[in-house]
Amino acid sequence: MRNPLADKVVNIKPSGIRKFFDVVSEMQDAISLGVGEPDFDTPWHIRDEGIYSLEKGRTFYTSNAGLKDLKIEICNYLRRSQGIEYRHNDEVIVTVGGSEAIDIALRAMVNEGDEVLIPQPSYVSYEPCAILANAVPVIIELKAENEFRLTAKELLETVTEKTKVLILPFPNNPTGAIMEREDLEKIAEIVIEKDLFVISDEIYAELTYKEKHVSIASLPGMKERTILINGFSKAYAMTGWRLGYACGPKEIMEQMIKIHQFAIMCAPTTSQYAAIEALKNGDSDVEQMKEAYNQRRRYLLHSFKEMGLECFEPFGAFYVFPCIKEFGMTSEEFANRFLQEEKVAVVPGTAFGDCGEGFVRISYAYSLENLKVAIGRLKDFVEKLRKEQKR
Amino acid sequence: MREKILSIIEKNSRIDVKELAVILGVEEIDVINEMADMEKEGIICGYHTMIDWEKTSIEKVTALIEVRVTPQRGQGFDNIAERIYKYPEVNSVYLISGGFDLLVTLEGKSLKEVSAFVSDKLSTLETVLSTATHFILKKYKDHGTILSKKYEDEREKITP
Repeated sequence: MRNPLADKVVNIKPSGIRKFFDVVSEMQDAISLGVGEPDFDTPWHIRDEGIYSLEKGRTFYTSNAGLKDLKIEICNYLRRSQGIEYRHNDEVIVTVGGSEAIDIALRAMVNEGDEVLIPQPSYVSYEPCAILANAVPVIIELKAENEFRLTAKELLETVTEKTKVLILPFPNNPTGAIMEREDLEKIAEIVIEKDLFVISDEIYAELTYKEKHVSIASLPGMKERTILINGFSKAYAMTGWRLGYACGPKEIMEQMIKIHQFAIMCAPTTSQYAAIEALKNGDSDVEQMKEAYNQRRRYLLHSFKEMGLECFEPFGAFYVFPCIKEFGMTSEEFANRFLQEEKVAVVPGTAFGDCGEGFVRISYAYSLENLKVAIGRLKDFVEKLRKEQKR
Repeated sequence: MREKILSIIEKNSRIDVKELAVILGVEEIDVINEMADMEKEGIICGYHTMIDWEKTSIEKVTALIEVRVTPQRGQGFDNIAERIYKYPEVNSVYLISGGFDLLVTLEGKSLKEVSAFVSDKLSTLETVLSTATHFILKKYKDHGTILSKKYEDEREKITP
């Protein structure tokens, strides 16, 4: 029999987070700070709307791009939060999570050999998606001294003739970094000058703890060059509903919808009905969850400071990304020992790109009570390591 | 800051001031002052504990009593409400819109004790026209807390 597999897929490395979690799940009383999804249940009124849609027998496909009412609500949301005007009939696609949107946007935009710029540390799926789309991923290594923001200099240094797409993953998983208006303006200038396109993954847009999130698509001249990706998972604690969306220029959307309709048909109908309710009446829920995250964020940063652990202040998502270089071990070694010796799971920074070396990702999608126990153990661990080093 | 302090201590009155200051990103002394002020102003009326008595060996019966009364000239319902809430066994007294006037909640050791209170003390008050007593059989949720269920982290391991 011949080899049934495609080399392109076989050559993709499995995600680094996985083996870690396998160990965690086997271990008794281990606390995980590794999960990347909200600890809240979806607010009841949103769930209720999903249930109601089932009761009413709304169990059919929706149109490929999604329910009209939902697309209208998405446009309303982007108008009130970002001041961007999208047309609901040809500039919005409702997708199965933000993840699908990333995939179909890349597939619709790149030709073989085109370069896709991927700032790292970042979410693990950009690189494989680019490879599967036959593009060449080019990594931009973000730096702690810039608070893991993308700078104009870094972008200029990596752009070549072949560069077509820049992925902009902010607010960022795993670093919690954000890009503010001034940061984005500098990037936009280069994007326009070099005739690039941006896939802006703004899934954590609602979770910022400084100024409100600014989308690069809202800057002059950028709407026509940007695919804005967002979804319901993080803001409304709706991860399991699998619902996201992409907005952008009609010409690109027309091609994205082809891939979407042939591979997926449409996003889950129940989820779409629930999402309408989320956008219409969910603002106060988002506000409440955000306040809870912010309290935990402050608690963690304060605790790091107390134990002298270096960490820049992240203003987005629900992650902190402390530096563990002082202990003279790799982030994987650190994470492994921390798990074995103190039974707390954190994710090594290298799971999000080589430049995550020397950092670990700690998620605060956990209750304060939980975090307190974990931080107590981290303190013990850090002290132990420092004692070892003195010897 | 007040609203934030209140929403936190409403759920967890045992949180220490230092931690409260950290998670709100303010100075400890400001939290202390703000709480002291709110105590003085009667905004914070106490730091009670939520107890599920069902799980203890202590027998308790809770009743909700609808009370219809004749309001008094110049006093409205305040006088009669006061007469009722002064009984230590009375837990709460609310003035209610709708089919009756006062909603009284009451805790007693037994059904008998509660009935005795209603028939001997409450119904005999001059202005009380009628009462209807409802005994609570099971508390599912109280003060925003679900009593029967324990939170479990059901998030599955997922990559990425």
